[in-house]
Amino acid sequence: MDLPLAFMVLMGLSVLAYVVLDGYDLGVGMLMPAASEAEQSMMVASIGPFWDANETWLVLGIGILLTAFPLAHGVVLGALYLPVVAMLVGLMLRGVAFELRVKAEGWHRELWNWLFWAGSFAASFFQGVMLGRYITGFEAGFGFWAFAIVVGASLCGGYVLLGATWLILKTDGDLKKKAVGWARWGLIWVALGVALVSLATPLASATVRDKWFDFPRTLWVMILPAATVAAGFWLWRSTGALRRGAKGGDAQPFAAAVSIFALAFLGLAYSLFPYVVIDRLTIWQAAAHPSALKAVAIGAAIVLPFIVGYTILSYRIFRGKANAKLYD
Amino acid sequence: MADALLLARAQFGLNIGFHILFPTLTIALAWFLLGFRILYQRTRDPAWLATYKLWVRIFALTFAMGVVSGVTMSFQFGTNWPRYMTTVGAIAGPLLSFEVLTAFFLEATFLGVMLFGMNRVPDWVHIVSTVMVAFGTTVSAFWILALNSWMQTPAGHMLSGGQWIAQDWWAVIFNPSFPYRLTHMLIASALTASFVVAGLSAWRLLWAPFDTSAAKTLRAGLLVAATLVPVQMLVGDQHGLNTLEHQPAKIAAVEALWHTERGAPLVLFAIPNEETRRNDYSIELAYGASLILKHDANGEVKGLDAFAPDHPAVAPVFFAFRIMVGIGVLMLAVSWFGAWMTRRGRAAPRWLLWVFAAFTFAGWGATLAGWIVTEMGRQPWLVTGVLRTKDAVGEITGAQLGASLTGYILTYSLLFVAYMVVLTHMAGKGAD
Repeated sequence: MDLPLAFMVLMGLSVLAYVVLDGYDLGVGMLMPAASEAEQSMMVASIGPFWDANETWLVLGIGILLTAFPLAHGVVLGALYLPVVAMLVGLMLRGVAFELRVKAEGWHRELWNWLFWAGSFAASFFQGVMLGRYITGFEAGFGFWAFAIVVGASLCGGYVLLGATWLILKTDGDLKKKAVGWARWGLIWVALGVALVSLATPLASATVRDKWFDFPRTLWVMILPAATVAAGFWLWRSTGALRRGAKGGDAQPFAAAVSIFALAFLGLAYSLFPYVVIDRLTIWQAAAHPSALKAVAIGAAIVLPFIVGYTILSYRIFRGKANAKLYD
Repeated sequence: MADALLLARAQFGLNIGFHILFPTLTIALAWFLLGFRILYQRTRDPAWLATYKLWVRIFALTFAMGVVSGVTMSFQFGTNWPRYMTTVGAIAGPLLSFEVLTAFFLEATFLGVMLFGMNRVPDWVHIVSTVMVAFGTTVSAFWILALNSWMQTPAGHMLSGGQWIAQDWWAVIFNPSFPYRLTHMLIASALTASFVVAGLSAWRLLWAPFDTSAAKTLRAGLLVAATLVPVQMLVGDQHGLNTLEHQPAKIAAVEALWHTERGAPLVLFAIPNEETRRNDYSIELAYGASLILKHDANGEVKGLDAFAPDHPAVAPVFFAFRIMVGIGVLMLAVSWFGAWMTRRGRAAPRWLLWVFAAFTFAGWGATLAGWIVTEMGRQPWLVTGVLRTKDAVGEITGAQLGASLTGYILTYSLLFVAYMVVLTHMAGKGAD
């Protein structure tokens, strides 16, 4: 069995799980200033039982990078050092602010609310910057950094979209109505971002260009952007129906947003494969010693089904609309 | 390069020192929660429910601090010590991955149910969730201590194409110092938690003397502490003898013994002088070290000169050890006296409540001092006999490290101050 390939898939799935799961709670964090105080409590309640576990997928992704592709871990995190630090500071601030804002009063509460927003925003933006730097192989130069900043801004839009659609799913009344509006703005933001990034990536990287513009393969791979556009329409229509007061279908916008992320992720994976550091290291070159891969593969095969199982259990326990009385 | 090494060590030390505070508290606090939860289930006494609800919030806050500083750690292994991963990554990587897989998801997921699910799930599911969280924190300690112990006393490894790989995973995990270190650390966690539980309850009683929930909780913390401090002293002694066998240079530094000798004295206090390689102002107990370490007044104890230049800096290890033991002795006195004074429902006098409050974070002090002994005592090695710390540092420049170190110091200071303020505020307000 090709273990490096298996770990690439596992790492990819962890990152996708992270982006979708922590994405919605980061998005909810970024939307906080747009809501009233009562709505903020409801928003926080909707992510309360989940955010710790959501963040764990990042640790798993990084853990697999470290364990399975140690050479790439050094190169990637070395090159991304400062954006990574900025992202971590953001994650720390928001994680702790999440707990503290509930307990604080007066201006303290205002401060933690603000830090929760700023931390969510910084973490999202710098994750996007990391992604942008990663896609272009950490090339120096103004154009490449501008590209990374565009990716950072687009990812913020993506997380806002996930967060807004999560709120449609988990809340009711005025907040849900507001969330429908946020989701539609988020979708426009994402559409712009995805279009820009999709056009710029082939320009920035010859490797990616060859993957996408190579007839007749191009015809097949164009299924991905076509499906992404379709998912965008689905999101637009389902939020439109909710805006007109349709009953039910609260889960559809979130499902559509997740589809957009999954498709973008597939496109990215297709662009980069088989590189773990584009044009420099393939997954087989960066792979750890077979003994290490084997040990982790056995452990993961045993434990992952349980993780998936009790994660589903937790989402089932807290299914339905959120309850603002957080600690009862 | 020396600067980058120093900064890399300072940053990693700051991070791991900050991080360790929170798991040290949560590992055992989770078991306390389980105890409170079961006491409530059996007695239906609202005082225990109030205790549970207060401490589950304190747990969540502490856990969040641990998570966010722990995520940082997972990045720093690679950024600060890239050569660590390329030489021993085939052993360290899987152990860290097992921690994530078996512990992190378990605790993080069931924490949600434990915190927010009490009215959503049947009692037994809620209790099982609490067990899962406690079990997860302990499993997490198991893997981290396995890796740390392997770095202290490596076993079961072999060289394969320029890197070290596991020949026998069982031997890697259950390496010679692992059982001692794991036990020592788990009890350290229990003591840390019991003093925090007792101290914050005392703090509450200072404001609200008739809070029955706080009085019960204080007593619970004191009893656990009074039981475990002596056990910890025995375990610590055995851990020390194990270290003498496998890392004699560390013990020589702990005892500040510069020269190998028979009938070595126990240095009670001194200022170790690295220049002259002797102790200034030392107060010694004749034959003490030989008696303690060899159980024979004329036993030969290896001094630092037997290992030079591969031995740690003496002063930090020497002082940290004495701080750890000193705090331990005080913890014994406070917990025993406190348990006696609160026997059969007696209320502790006000001055004693102040003493308990003052000792709230004694466990943190002792634990940090203990980690300084064991980690600085391992130097100059990162992995004893396998990899030197200076050979593991990477290409991150001093400037980048300096910038990020500043960022971390600012963030950690803010978080720590906020944590302490909220903790004392919550405890002072009590369980309502």
